[in-house]
Amino acid sequence: MFLRSCAVVLIAAIFYSQPTLAETKSNVTIAAPWEVASYDPAVSGYAIQKLEIMENLVDADEAGTLRPGLATSWSVSKDGLTWTFKLREGVTFHDGTPFDAASATSALERAWKQPGVLSKAPVKAVSAVEGSVMFTLVKPFAALPALLAHSTTIIPAPTAFDDDGKPSALIGTGAFKVKKFTPPQSIDLERNDAYWGKVPTIETASYLASGRAETRALLAESGDADMVFTLDPSGYSRLAEVESVKTIAVPIPRVVTLKINASHPFFANAKARQALSLAINRSGIASAITRFPEAAAGQLFPPALNIWHDPSLPRLEYDVDKGKSLLTELGWVAGEDGILIKDGKRFSILLRTFPDRPELPLVAAALQDQWREIGIELEVSVASYSEIPAGHQDGTLHVALFARNYALTPDPIGTVLQDFGPGGGDWGAMGWQNAEVAKALDIISSTGDQEKRAPYIANVARILHEELPVIPIVWYQHTVAIASGLQGVIVDPLQRSYGLSKVSWSK
Amino acid sequence: MTSAHPLFSAFLQRGLQALIVAVIVGVVSFTMMQALPGDAAYRIAAGRYGYDMMDAAAAETVRNELGLNQHWSIQLISWLSALAQFDLGRSLVYGTPVVDEIATQLGYSLLLAGGAVLISIIIAVPVGVVAGLKPGGAIDRLTLGVSILLRAIPSFALGVVLVLVFAVQMRLLPVAGFRGLEHLILPSLTLGLGLAAVSNRVVRDSVVEALGSEWRLFSRTKGLSARRTATRHILRNASLPVVTYVGVQMAYLIEGVVIVEAVFAWPGIGHALVHAIFNRDIAMVQGTALTLGLIYVLLNLFIDVACRLIDPRMRSQ
Repeated sequence: MFLRSCAVVLIAAIFYSQPTLAETKSNVTIAAPWEVASYDPAVSGYAIQKLEIMENLVDADEAGTLRPGLATSWSVSKDGLTWTFKLREGVTFHDGTPFDAASATSALERAWKQPGVLSKAPVKAVSAVEGSVMFTLVKPFAALPALLAHSTTIIPAPTAFDDDGKPSALIGTGAFKVKKFTPPQSIDLERNDAYWGKVPTIETASYLASGRAETRALLAESGDADMVFTLDPSGYSRLAEVESVKTIAVPIPRVVTLKINASHPFFANAKARQALSLAINRSGIASAITRFPEAAAGQLFPPALNIWHDPSLPRLEYDVDKGKSLLTELGWVAGEDGILIKDGKRFSILLRTFPDRPELPLVAAALQDQWREIGIELEVSVASYSEIPAGHQDGTLHVALFARNYALTPDPIGTVLQDFGPGGGDWGAMGWQNAEVAKALDIISSTGDQEKRAPYIANVARILHEELPVIPIVWYQHTVAIASGLQGVIVDPLQRSYGLSKVSWSK
Repeated sequence: MTSAHPLFSAFLQRGLQALIVAVIVGVVSFTMMQALPGDAAYRIAAGRYGYDMMDAAAAETVRNELGLNQHWSIQLISWLSALAQFDLGRSLVYGTPVVDEIATQLGYSLLLAGGAVLISIIIAVPVGVVAGLKPGGAIDRLTLGVSILLRAIPSFALGVVLVLVFAVQMRLLPVAGFRGLEHLILPSLTLGLGLAAVSNRVVRDSVVEALGSEWRLFSRTKGLSARRTATRHILRNASLPVVTYVGVQMAYLIEGVVIVEAVFAWPGIGHALVHAIFNRDIAMVQGTALTLGLIYVLLNLFIDVACRLIDPRMRSQ
């Protein structure tokens, strides 16, 4: 009897959940690997921004061109030290409180004092001036508007903080407001009918964080999720065969890169770094591991970064013999087991990487194999990615493998400056200095005039290509599976938005 | 001196145990987190800001904000004294109160664990009884084989197979998430099958033992029908080891929950604990470990009480 009643409950539950098929859907479900557990823009901003819950003063299109967001216009003083962002009028937060200069200023001041892109800009003060936000700088910095388009500079409502000033709610001005938040797995959204811009077509949306790539592929295949982001190679190729789903791969400005400690005696000479690069079979890695053969990195900046990518640069080549002879020039001699020896020291090094991006340990294993060909013994340590900046700081790092996004902000200068500016960066050059690059970066960051910047950008790209303070391996492809009936999907290579406000279901 | 009511003494004993568990779990998890290699400030900063934003400067901000420079003894004492005031603190990574996070996650995990135990009982009891009634028979051997197979499949693989069959092929159930009761079925089934694979054998063994016992022969000789013997004596006697075994299965459940929660994107406590350890979120690890420890104590209490109610001999002791 008990068994029978249980079965009845189960069957009832199954059929109760089946949607009525006749109606046009008005809900979109997104599945992505990233868990969202915090209300803090500095921590979860990337998801809050993509879901269009909170917005920036400055917006950007898919090509990275800046356009008005919560600020309608901006201007800079002649000396380049004062920026004024004129705010949009008549905008309200989801709870009905008004968006004004005071709320924007306090949000940006907070962002400036937290770790994030703004904290690294030469900002002296942020202040509210009648309907505008004013930034005072220490020195001219042309990329400031681009930083204000970043996910850590989104504007939460003052009411999104508790009495201690800790973030405690997801309240913004965006096209969607939060109906229910179950950290870290899901966010349910509903359309903000009072939105200042074009009100979305879909009524509700939900975000489901699912860390396992297998689960995400199954969610796409079964139709449980309508937009699924970041697929693994096997899931991607299987979904390409499924009729109810479209698969898209968009090149994004993220690059699988090797960071080399140039202050280590083995790597101080650029020839040694070139030898490491020559021994890497990039097309092999790109076709066997990441499975997009065209994404083998011929240079550091991928084509998605059209201003920084220079098609005239010769591709980084794969030439084991040339690599070997460069190392012989530097005085390395093969020992009994084939590993190089110089001054009694074996060419044995440690590579640090991490498992969060599943392809990285595989690429590391491929490198282990390929570098052995030129007589380098590589030990691989797969641990937390925080070991990489830690190793940079205490100087113990030899080589690190990671995936770097060069377009954290629509203008890559912020990231490039951080990585290759004076002193190098935690995720960039280590023990490598170049006066010409430093000077060029200074000029690039101080002006927004593309014509003036272009020759300096080309010069930086060329020097990085020759000196190889970091060695690029493959460019990233952003893989997405989308339900066939969903229209108006734009996959943003800058990954600032899922484009929920623009999609609709075909009738 | 008259002894206290046995049930009362069980409560008292377990209450004391809970207190000891709380202190030991707190101190041990704190020590283990301290002993892990690597700089906690870097790990916490990594968990908070993600690798695009995480760097040495972020780690230093975290170190200063959380007072990670303080001597470990000061950090431990401040956690213990906060605990004495029932304050578990805030997540070092997310900044949200630990108690809120645990309340949400524990609810989901208990739901999942409850579903799994229910399914395992629904499967294991009838299967075990039928197999035990005829030991060595075809059904007994078949269920043994299936049990070994199910227990040998990792719950991760079993979950994916179930999703492929029921969600992708048959479209009967959702793949993952937690919107309604239908989302509970596949993860519970994944865990429940693993549990039932062992517990049906425990049921079977106790049925076999009960069937061969002298008291069964006696109850039949004194004139009770086979049916009454089964319901009044065999089931009662056979259920004792089964109830105790459900408690033992808690360990399998916690281990299984971690994996099943990840496969089914279920916002539970096991999944959260793994993340907290990885991100060196000491407050979350301590809070979660404490909660799990206390659940063990509570569960043991339930089992004590249940056994006393089932077995009249224990009541009079």
